[in-house]
Amino acid sequence: MIAAQPTTTWYLVLAALLFSIGTVGVMVRRNPLVMFMCVELMLNAVNLSFVALARDLGDIRGQTTVFFVMVVAAAEVVVGLGIIVAILRRRPNATADDMVELKG
Amino acid sequence: MELFVFICASVMILGGAIGVIVRSHPVHCALSLVLTLFGVAVMFIALDAHFLAAVQVIVYAGAIVVLFLFVIMLLGVDSSENLMIEPIPVQRPLAVIVGGSLVGVLVTAIVQARSAVQTGVGAGLDDALVTGDHDSNVRQLARSIFSDYVFAFELVSVLLVVAVVGTVLLARRPGKVSPVQ
Repeated sequence: MIAAQPTTTWYLVLAALLFSIGTVGVMVRRNPLVMFMCVELMLNAVNLSFVALARDLGDIRGQTTVFFVMVVAAAEVVVGLGIIVAILRRRPNATADDMVELKG
Repeated sequence: MELFVFICASVMILGGAIGVIVRSHPVHCALSLVLTLFGVAVMFIALDAHFLAAVQVIVYAGAIVVLFLFVIMLLGVDSSENLMIEPIPVQRPLAVIVGGSLVGVLVTAIVQARSAVQTGVGAGLDDALVTGDHDSNVRQLARSIFSDYVFAFELVSVLLVVAVVGTVLLARRPGKVSPVQ
């Protein structure tokens, strides 16, 4: 069996694919909760590329950055879900398209 | 062996990610998200980031997805969305084209840049197999956070408190102020 080792480039390409899937999800889906999950996918793709480059460059600060990104992502999820709860409680089954009616 | 782990984790990650954007039920989307997050945790272990893999499972899969599921169930928005309805006519083909070109641009940039970047310029990651110390990754990460980035660490704790207080204010039912007990 030919044991090819996955190089850092493979991890970066995987992160690029994951990021693009998340982007398509944000553009296609209309449920605000699912759009939020797609944002999480994009954050995870960036974290993956940070960790891959941390090993490649031999620098622990890449992992330190990922640690801070995770904390900020947790705070962002909490605030975002609070906003979504406030909107959906007023009008259940609202989609992102209905939010244009908030203006005025 | 590492190739096998990479392929399995890639299938988990991409399968879960596609599941998030094609499943019509929000609960199924959240469960697909768990699959992706576990795949990323496996990748972290393969990349010698053991502490971050643990944090990934505990914080993301354990806390954030549970928060999503709580919101889905508490609000009762767990009805399936009809994905056949396309509100803006050419939105989906356009989104797929944009996503595909994003992949193209990113992969081209990665392949171009990889030949220019020299590797191993840093101080190096402590390898548990070399040092014989099983906590070496945690130790090294802690040394980085609590020495070089201790100010950012303290600021992040302030951020978390502000986020919690702000969410309680946002999600409170308006108009009814309960008296202080």
